[in-house]
Amino acid sequence: MYFYRSHVLVCGGTGCHSSGSADIIEQFNAELKKQGIEKEILVVQTGCFGLCEVGPIVIVYPEGAFYSRVTTDDVVEIVSEHLVKGRTVKHLLYHDSITEEHDIKSLDEVPFYQKQKRLALRNCGVINPEDIDEYIAFNGYKALGKALTEMTPGEVISTIKESGLRGRGGAGFSVGLKWEFTSKAEGQKKFVACNADEGDPGAFMDRSILEGAPHAVIEAMTIAGYAVGADQGYIYVRAEYPIAVQRLTMAIGQAREYGLLGNNILETGFDFDLELRLGAGAFVCGEETALLASIEGYRGEPRPRPPFPAVKGLFEKPTLLNNVETYANIPQIILKGSGWLQEIGTDKSKGTKVFALGGKINNTGLVEVPMGTTLREIIYDIGGGIPKGKAFKAAQTGGPSGGCIPVEHLDTPIDYDSLAAIGSMMGSGGLIVMDEDNCMVDIARFFLEFTVEESCGKCPPCRIGTKRMLELLNKITEGKGEEGDIEKLEELGEGIKIASLCGLGQTAPNPVLSTIKYFREEYEEHIRDKKCRAGVCDALLQYTIIEDKCKGCSLCTRVCPVDAISGQKKQPYNIDQSICIKCGACLEKCPFGAIVKG
Amino acid sequence: MSAVTLKQNEEKFSKLQLVIDQWKDKEGPLMPVLQAAQDIFGCLSLDVQKYISKELDIPVSEIYGVVTFYSQFTLKPKGKYKIGVCMGTACYVKGSQAILDEISKELNIKSGETSEDGLFTLDATRCLGACGLAPIIMINDDVYGRLSPGDIKEIIKKYKD
Repeated sequence: MYFYRSHVLVCGGTGCHSSGSADIIEQFNAELKKQGIEKEILVVQTGCFGLCEVGPIVIVYPEGAFYSRVTTDDVVEIVSEHLVKGRTVKHLLYHDSITEEHDIKSLDEVPFYQKQKRLALRNCGVINPEDIDEYIAFNGYKALGKALTEMTPGEVISTIKESGLRGRGGAGFSVGLKWEFTSKAEGQKKFVACNADEGDPGAFMDRSILEGAPHAVIEAMTIAGYAVGADQGYIYVRAEYPIAVQRLTMAIGQAREYGLLGNNILETGFDFDLELRLGAGAFVCGEETALLASIEGYRGEPRPRPPFPAVKGLFEKPTLLNNVETYANIPQIILKGSGWLQEIGTDKSKGTKVFALGGKINNTGLVEVPMGTTLREIIYDIGGGIPKGKAFKAAQTGGPSGGCIPVEHLDTPIDYDSLAAIGSMMGSGGLIVMDEDNCMVDIARFFLEFTVEESCGKCPPCRIGTKRMLELLNKITEGKGEEGDIEKLEELGEGIKIASLCGLGQTAPNPVLSTIKYFREEYEEHIRDKKCRAGVCDALLQYTIIEDKCKGCSLCTRVCPVDAISGQKKQPYNIDQSICIKCGACLEKCPFGAIVKG
Repeated sequence: MSAVTLKQNEEKFSKLQLVIDQWKDKEGPLMPVLQAAQDIFGCLSLDVQKYISKELDIPVSEIYGVVTFYSQFTLKPKGKYKIGVCMGTACYVKGSQAILDEISKELNIKSGETSEDGLFTLDATRCLGACGLAPIIMINDDVYGRLSPGDIKEIIKKYKD
C-alpha cells in the first residue's frame, strides 16, 4: 500500500458530474503522471459536497484547499503550483473558504457548512463511494456487526424506537414502530424495502446519499432485515438516476464479495440479500402501496390501507418500507445508542433533516441541519440569501404535497409539526426559494399541472378534482378569472384532501390552499385587476414603450413578428396591444431599456 | 421486410429471450423484462408485448396496461437524440418554460413529438436532480446547465451536423 502525501477529492455527484468532473479526474491523473508524482498523490472521486452552486468542486488535503468551478484547464495549474510546488492557487479557491488574510479556513468554518450537521450525509464528499474499504474505514458495517453479534432483534427495534427517529420520506411516522409492527406481523416470509423513488421536483437528497454512500443504505437494510426477520430486500430506485443505480449495483456486489450480504453473514447464521428494481417514471410510485405494486410488476396504483404493508405488503407478505435518508441514519443510531439522536433536534422531531436547496438562492445545494433550525438560517446563513438583491417572497417545502411559506414565518423552527401547522409539510425535503419575480398563482398552477399528470386515475376525487382545480387556475392565469373562483378552489381543495385514496391526492391541494392562505391578494389581483405583479402570466402582461426613453431607432419594429409596433424614426414608437402576442422580442432587443412589461 | 431487417429482428428477439430466461422464475419479472425489451427494441411495439405475454404467461391486456401507465415506456420509436427539458421546480422558477418554448420553436415540434427527420424527440421531463445547474436540459446522456434561451440554437446545431 502506498502512502500518499496529498489527496485530491473531486466531487462525483450528479451536479458536478454534469459539469464535467469525470474529465477533471482524468486530467488530474494524466497531469500527475506527466509530472511523475502519480505515486505521491491520490485522486479520489467522492459523493456530493453539497455546494452544487460552485461545482465542479475539488478539495486538496491535507490543506483542505477548496477549489470551486474547476475546469480541465485549471487542473494543470493546480498540479504544477499546488501539488508540485506547494503553493495554493488562490484565484481558484472558493471565495467564502478563505479568510481576509487569504488563509484557508477549515470546512466547518465556511459559512455554508457552519450551521450544518451532517449525519445522513456524513460520508458524502468524504469517501470514495465505489470502494467498500473506505466505507469500512469510516466505521462502516460496524453497526451491522454490533447488531448481529451483541443485540437481539428486539433490542435493535427498541433502540430505534427510543431514538425518536421519524420517517424522512413524507408523513414522519415513527420508524421504530414501523419496525415493530413488521416484526410482530404473522408470517414466515417477510421483506425489507427501500423507497429510492425520489419523485418530488427539486429534491435530490436521496440521490446524493445513494451516489455518495450507497453502503450506508445496504448496511441499514441488512440491520432492518435482522430486526424484523426478513431475508430479502428490494431497493426501488428511479431509472432517472443512472449514477445512483450504477453505484448501488457496484456496492451490492462488493458487499456480497465481503460476505456482508448473502448467506451466514459474519458467521452468525443470518441470511440476507438485496435486489435492485428500477422505476419507470411514475411519481405515484413514491406512495408505499403503489411502489410495492410496481415491484410486483403491476401498474403503480395505490390501494386502501389497512392492511398496511407491515401486515400485508410485497407479494402479500409483511414488508418494512423506509426511504433512503431514514436508512442512512440507522447505522449511527445502532453504534451510538438511542440517547445520541435524542439530543439532536426538537422535542418531537429528533435528529437532522437534509434539504435540497434550490430556486432563487445563492448557494444552491444540499444542506443537512438539526431539526428546529429556522428557515431564515437555512436561506440566509447557509444559503447565502437571494441573488441580485431581490426580495424573498416564499419558500416551498414538500414539493407537490407541500405549501408555500411566506416571509412572516421565516423564523419558524422547522420540524414535522411546525411545518404542518403553517400549512406546508416536511415531505422529502425539497426547499425551493422564490423571489418577487415568481407569481404565486402560477406556482400553484405549476404544481397542479404536475399532480394532474401524475395522478394514477384510480380514485375520482384526485383524478377529477385536481383537474377541475387546474382548469380554474388556468382560467385565472389567463385573465379569465371570475368572482367566486377562489372560494371554489378552496372548497374543492378541502374535499379532495378528505376524500382521496392515497397521499398524492390527500396533499395535492396544499400548494393551492397555502398560496391562497398567504397570497390571497395576488389571486384577487389576477381576477379583479387582471394583473400579475410578478410579470409571469403572459395573458396579463402588457408591453409598453416609455416615451422618454425611446429614441425611435426602429429596432423593435424589425424584431416584432406580428408588426404590432409602429411609429416614425426618431420619434417615440407605440405598441398596438390588440395585435401584440407578448413574445417579449422587442424588450430583449431594445438597447435603451425603453420597453417594459407589467 | 428485407432479409437484413428480418435477421436483425431475430437477433433482438433472441436477446430478449435471454433476459426473459433470467427473470422468468423470479417474483415480479414484468418490469425488468419490459425495461430490457425497450432497451433492445427502442420501443415496446405490440409484437414485443405479445411475445413477452406468451413467455411470461401474463395477459397482453395487462402488459399493455403497465406499458401505458409508466411514462418511460413508449409504444413508438423515439428520435436519435432525446431532448429532455427539466421541468422540476428549481428549473421552473429559473425559467425552464422559456427554454422549452425556444427548443420547440427551433425544431418545430411540441413536447412529446419527434421531428420529421427522426433526429430529435422533445420531452418536458420530471426533475433530473441536477438543481444546482438549473435550468438544465439533457440530450441523451449529455447535460447542459445554467442555460438561457439564447444558448439553444448553438446546442441544437451540434447535433444536427
